[in-house]
Amino acid sequence: MRVTPELRPSSASFLREQRSVIPLPGKTIAEKIFSAHSGTDAHAGDIVVADVDFVMGQDGTSPLAIRALERMGVEKVFDPAKVALVMDHSSPSPIEGVSALHTIMREFGKKTGAKIYDVGCGVCHQLIPEAGHVVPGDLMVGCDSHTCTYGAVNVFSTGVGSTDGAAAMASGKLWFKVPDSMKVTYEGALQPGVFSKDLILYLAGQIGADGATYEAIEFHGAVIDELSVDARMTISNMAIEVGAKAGLMKADAKTLAWYAGRGERVPAPVDPDADAVYAKSLTFDATAIGPQIAKPHAVDNVSPIEEVVGTPIAQGYLGTCTNGRLEDLKIAADILRGKKVHADVRFIVAAASKQIFLDAMEAGYIRDLVEAGAIIVTPGCGPCVGTHNGVPSDGENVISTANRNFKGRMGNSNAFVYLGSPATVAASVIEGKITDPRKYFG
Amino acid sequence: MEITAKAFKYGDDINTDYIISGKYKFKSTDMEAMAVHAMEELDPEYFNKVKPNGGFLVAGTNFGMGSSREQAPLVLIHSNTKAVLAMTFARIFYRNAINTGLPVVECDTDLIGDGDELVLDLTGGVLRNVTQGIDIAIKPLPPVMAQLLADGGLVEHFKKHGGFAL
Ligand code: SF4
Repeated sequence: MRVTPELRPSSASFLREQRSVIPLPGKTIAEKIFSAHSGTDAHAGDIVVADVDFVMGQDGTSPLAIRALERMGVEKVFDPAKVALVMDHSSPSPIEGVSALHTIMREFGKKTGAKIYDVGCGVCHQLIPEAGHVVPGDLMVGCDSHTCTYGAVNVFSTGVGSTDGAAAMASGKLWFKVPDSMKVTYEGALQPGVFSKDLILYLAGQIGADGATYEAIEFHGAVIDELSVDARMTISNMAIEVGAKAGLMKADAKTLAWYAGRGERVPAPVDPDADAVYAKSLTFDATAIGPQIAKPHAVDNVSPIEEVVGTPIAQGYLGTCTNGRLEDLKIAADILRGKKVHADVRFIVAAASKQIFLDAMEAGYIRDLVEAGAIIVTPGCGPCVGTHNGVPSDGENVISTANRNFKGRMGNSNAFVYLGSPATVAASVIEGKITDPRKYFG
Repeated sequence: MEITAKAFKYGDDINTDYIISGKYKFKSTDMEAMAVHAMEELDPEYFNKVKPNGGFLVAGTNFGMGSSREQAPLVLIHSNTKAVLAMTFARIFYRNAINTGLPVVECDTDLIGDGDELVLDLTGGVLRNVTQGIDIAIKPLPPVMAQLLADGGLVEHFKKHGGFAL
């Protein structure tokens, strides 16, 4: 790992003092997006009130946002075409309490015209970009911490709480501190059996759970350029796991091709300036990175897979906003085709959206997975957050493609959650223990 | 305004799943009912300790990491937590706390022991550790957040000004 010395502290005020003396340096993606959305010359450290292009809430957070709107005395949303509520976290409802929350959301949709994605549509973080609600160059907020996912398609997207979400739904605006940016560059090339999930877990292991707090990460390098949009989203999705406010990437030809046919909005890609100033720059050689595992109970408790190979598992989970996309299902299906899930393992799969589910059926991946012994649950968050669909038992180990493994995360504080790539999960459910997936990649 | 209460001290990286488990946040929107589960993953007795006389939740770095759930500051408020004092906070939790009216204070919490008697004067910007007889410097809130907290949170700010007036 090479660390470029810090070029500047959070330095907007310093720069402003110098403005008359020396020309200002260029801007990061974050600074450019905040400038464009606030009508100011925004630099890291500035506080701006900015226009947001979209606001999202899910079923754990929307009801509180709706209550906050009521308390504000606000009856409508600023633009019904720019607000969506998604029932994904606990969906279909497992208990009356959740059913009541879903009812509150449906009624709000009827009253305000906000878009409702009901039970079975999928995980919010797949649906919002998939539907073309956000495009490169946008600024959006969502009442869910993994809203940072759309950084992969050049959207400054960040998670906020329900009250912030309500203020944004009411006014189309929110206040922000323009973040410093950290530049993370992956050089070299991914080795067979190693995936974008391994790159982001590796970063979490290197910089820790608060390694990028209050900062936006910009991901660069030949490895990122090579990744599909699906694989890029896995990385941006987990920016929050190192405390970052966003995980941004440039929009390239792949991004624009991915957007073809996804709605009316016109992408306005934002590149950083060549002389943009970063609070910190890290460069990693991806060639040297193998499969990574985050061990219980922290996402930054990361080891190379060699250190945990052989750990017995009782459950595998393939899905979530991190790794429930078509490419992820394909990777797992390719490994599991013609094989069987170990008799002592429950293997649960949830596509990140209905569209992905349909595409995976069309491509035969669902059949491959089910024949191997997978249990398919509704497109959505599945067992990720522990409300339903596969709560592990006391003492059990789970290998999951999710982004969090906090104690109790999957609904049982006496279970142990390990995080890895879809390939690692697929290889592990076959053997009933954590398994290095590289044996399936020649 | 001065707040006097006892310190209840915990460690670094306390995440929102520990403050209130995801499995409860979907059960209802009744924060009073949910508050009994506050911090339960780390300390099942937290609610019983804090509820009767109030308390300060004292922690190390990166308090509130993890999810965006606003239930986290809300259950702390409803458990009678008067303020959270930590070395550093995770970004979303910090905003949510101010928006919902829970004071959050960055300070050197190594100077606070579990059970210490503290007096927090937010307007004066002083934290007094009565037990140890020392004053602890507290980092002032950014002006925008100080204004939101002074207005009683973001909802009250919106009611008062009809939108953002920052
Ligand atoms: S899949 Fe998991 S991490 Fe993603 S939004 Fe759903 S609960 Fe959150």
